[in-house]
Amino acid sequence: MEEAVLQTQGLFKRFGSLEVARDISISLPRGARHALIGPNGAGKTTLINLITGQLKPDRGQILLAGEDVTGLGTAARVRRGLTRTFQINTLFPDLTPLEAVTLAIGERDGLAGRFWKGLASHAQAVEEAYGLLQQLLLAQVATRPTRTLAYGQQRLLEIALALATRPKVLLLDEPAAGVPKDESALLFSVVAGLPPDISVLFIEHDMNIVFSFATRIIVLVAGGVLMEAEPAVVRNDPRVREVYLGSARHG
Amino acid sequence: MIGNIVIVLFDGFAFGMLLFVLSVGLSVTLGLMNFINLAHGAFGMLGGYTTVLLMRRFDLPFMLTLPAAFLAAALVSVAFERTLFRRLYRAGELNQVLFTIGLVFVAAAAATYFFGTGQQPIVLPAWLRGSVELFGLRFGTYRIFLIVVSLAITALLFFTLERTRFGARIRAAVDNQRVAQGLGLNVEWIFAITFALGSGLAGLGGALAIEIVGLDPSFGFHFLVYVLIVVSVGGLGSIPGSFAGAALLGIGDVAGKYFMPQIGSFLIYLLLVAILLVRPLGLFGKR
Amino acid sequence: MADTTRPDTDPLAWIRSRSRWPVFAILLWLAALLPFWLFPTYLLLAREIAIAALFAISVDLILGYAGIVTLGHAMFFGLGAYTAGLLSARLGWGEPISGLLLAGALAGLVGFVVSFLIVRVQHLALIMVTLGLGLLTYELANALTWLTGGTDGLRGVSTWPIFNQFRFDLYGYTAYSYSLAVLFLGFLISRRIVNSSFGLALRGIRENVRRMPAIGSDHRWHLQKIYAISAAMAGVAGALLAQTTNTVALEVLSFQRSADVVVMLILGGTGRLYGAIIGAAIFLVARDQLAGINPQYWYLGIGLLLMVVVLFLPKGVLGGLSRLTGRPD
Repeated sequence: MEEAVLQTQGLFKRFGSLEVARDISISLPRGARHALIGPNGAGKTTLINLITGQLKPDRGQILLAGEDVTGLGTAARVRRGLTRTFQINTLFPDLTPLEAVTLAIGERDGLAGRFWKGLASHAQAVEEAYGLLQQLLLAQVATRPTRTLAYGQQRLLEIALALATRPKVLLLDEPAAGVPKDESALLFSVVAGLPPDISVLFIEHDMNIVFSFATRIIVLVAGGVLMEAEPAVVRNDPRVREVYLGSARHG
Repeated sequence: MIGNIVIVLFDGFAFGMLLFVLSVGLSVTLGLMNFINLAHGAFGMLGGYTTVLLMRRFDLPFMLTLPAAFLAAALVSVAFERTLFRRLYRAGELNQVLFTIGLVFVAAAAATYFFGTGQQPIVLPAWLRGSVELFGLRFGTYRIFLIVVSLAITALLFFTLERTRFGARIRAAVDNQRVAQGLGLNVEWIFAITFALGSGLAGLGGALAIEIVGLDPSFGFHFLVYVLIVVSVGGLGSIPGSFAGAALLGIGDVAGKYFMPQIGSFLIYLLLVAILLVRPLGLFGKR
Repeated sequence: MADTTRPDTDPLAWIRSRSRWPVFAILLWLAALLPFWLFPTYLLLAREIAIAALFAISVDLILGYAGIVTLGHAMFFGLGAYTAGLLSARLGWGEPISGLLLAGALAGLVGFVVSFLIVRVQHLALIMVTLGLGLLTYELANALTWLTGGTDGLRGVSTWPIFNQFRFDLYGYTAYSYSLAVLFLGFLISRRIVNSSFGLALRGIRENVRRMPAIGSDHRWHLQKIYAISAAMAGVAGALLAQTTNTVALEVLSFQRSADVVVMLILGGTGRLYGAIIGAAIFLVARDQLAGINPQYWYLGIGLLLMVVVLFLPKGVLGGLSRLTGRPD
């Protein structure tokens, strides 16, 4: 059995009397395409916040390629290859996509601290940023301020920023949230085109997308893992139907 | 020596109560609307000058000018809030700070134009003058009056917030504006009324302050720092926080000036920084 | 379906174009030379503007570029002023250049220490911490009368000729040349910084501090670096004042000075470096003209100007101008 790239062991978190994460243990192998589903309030984003270090667990561990990263901050985890995107666009309104992605690459390669050399001298970073934007079909708007971009383009930029960090593990928090139907297909073709050795865990409500892309589904209910299995098994499980698939009619 | 300490504590507490009345409005509106209104002190100044004007020109007794000071500040502030301030709710901290500072400048210039740069002394009614003797110590009557009035206001505020429907609406809006709006609360109306009440209290405080610290066109600036310290140390949106912060600052300021005149202020500012580093949201702050 | 056609923007060329010298900048620096020939009676005011502009640039680095709102930066300005002043008055060393460097170094060091506090707070708490630190430095200087001269100010400051050649003349030619040269140098350094990848990181912090750790950024460390650099530059500006006026008064540490510099920035426009220079010029010229007539006119004028600028020109004069001319931000 191949070693998991990302592993959580017994993650537990409570706010007062509310348990938002109950003993969550999951593992992502290399190249995973796992979906995380569950009703609203199940704790999906909370789990992502715990894994990325934005939230400290009360108990439990997080292992990245075998290394215990539970005590590390978010930035340190990103530098070790654990990156996420945000459900609500968390971008740099006044920076252009080119600048934003260049910044992410600069941080990755340790260039962002250099205050003596002009930005233009980091040609490699700029070229790589532009190349990434081309891949995500954002080249046309690369030099416009982010706040002028269409919503769907901003969602793509979210992913571009994450990809710029050269992640080993990528956590996508509802990447298609709010994106109109015709544009979300494009977005997911991008997701489908991600390098095969990156492990992806994505939260999604649209069941069509989940069943098209996921090789494994984790069902989260009230902070705990209800089940984790292949899509066909999950689709037919009566408990899942009752808790989630029956009530939610998205897409 | 003990006697001195008691008097200093008493004077300090009275000053603190004055600061409380001056600051509580800002704390609530900051917690409610997240709008940094540095012109709060200018509304206090408006209340003070209202009292001076009414007493001088119209021979109104001091006690009657107090509600007038409250009303004047409340009305003027709401006019500003509805026309100008609301445009800046999303403008960011720096812009709010600078806009309201600009307003203080304008207010100071206006006050100088109408009243001149000098202090505005007033003559208190006889029953408020002098002092009361207790346990061999003389306690200033006016300061006793200040403490009583402020405690009454505290009780009134507490009662309003905790026991009335309107208070519940304010608390809801402070807690979570979006949800409150979703529940059908008219948040804009709540803002306006709360703002008026808070600024009105500042106006009242300005009127009450004349006897203790005097009144001149720089009042808006001088008390700005005090008010900001009370609000940030006490915690935004917290009345007990403002009370505690004001009492601490009042006592600290008077005690500092009395016992350690050279470094009294220095210690206060040092304490301010230390408290904020340990509890950035203030002693009683939530969020 | 990736876009493989020839790109219509050359990314490197675009990045380079962002750091070109705009035409008006050249005009601005040429205009700075005018006081020598056209307005020799205004050389003193021009020197004041140059020093204020350098101070304003130092604040722009943290306020305009990194988004740290500060109401207490005069603490570093004053620290630099007293360092240079004490060096001359107490230790008898009046050599200007080394005095500048020492003042900057000391202010920068203190700034670095303070930066540990600054990165721990945000919003109102940050504003209050900067305010509190500024105020307590003032009180400290006020209390240490034996060192600073207290309210009487520091006496006995005497600055030697620059490079042993250029004596400080009564008309202010040397003083202005000196100040202008230091301003220009400070400007060049700041320009280098903001156009570097570090400068980009600072703007990222300003635009969305939440996203920075998510792209692997040690943003607190970035903030600490720029804060220390900004403090050093403010210290140099203060030292300039001490050296060119041969006095140091308590007001160099005052809240008034901290507030004035922020007002200058908002007038000219933050995050542009030139805004700092233009804002300083507008502020000081207006004050010189208006306060000369009647101090109250100054208060009224600056108050109204602030309110108008915030409401209608939130990016300051430069922002308004660039909107008029259609130039991109």
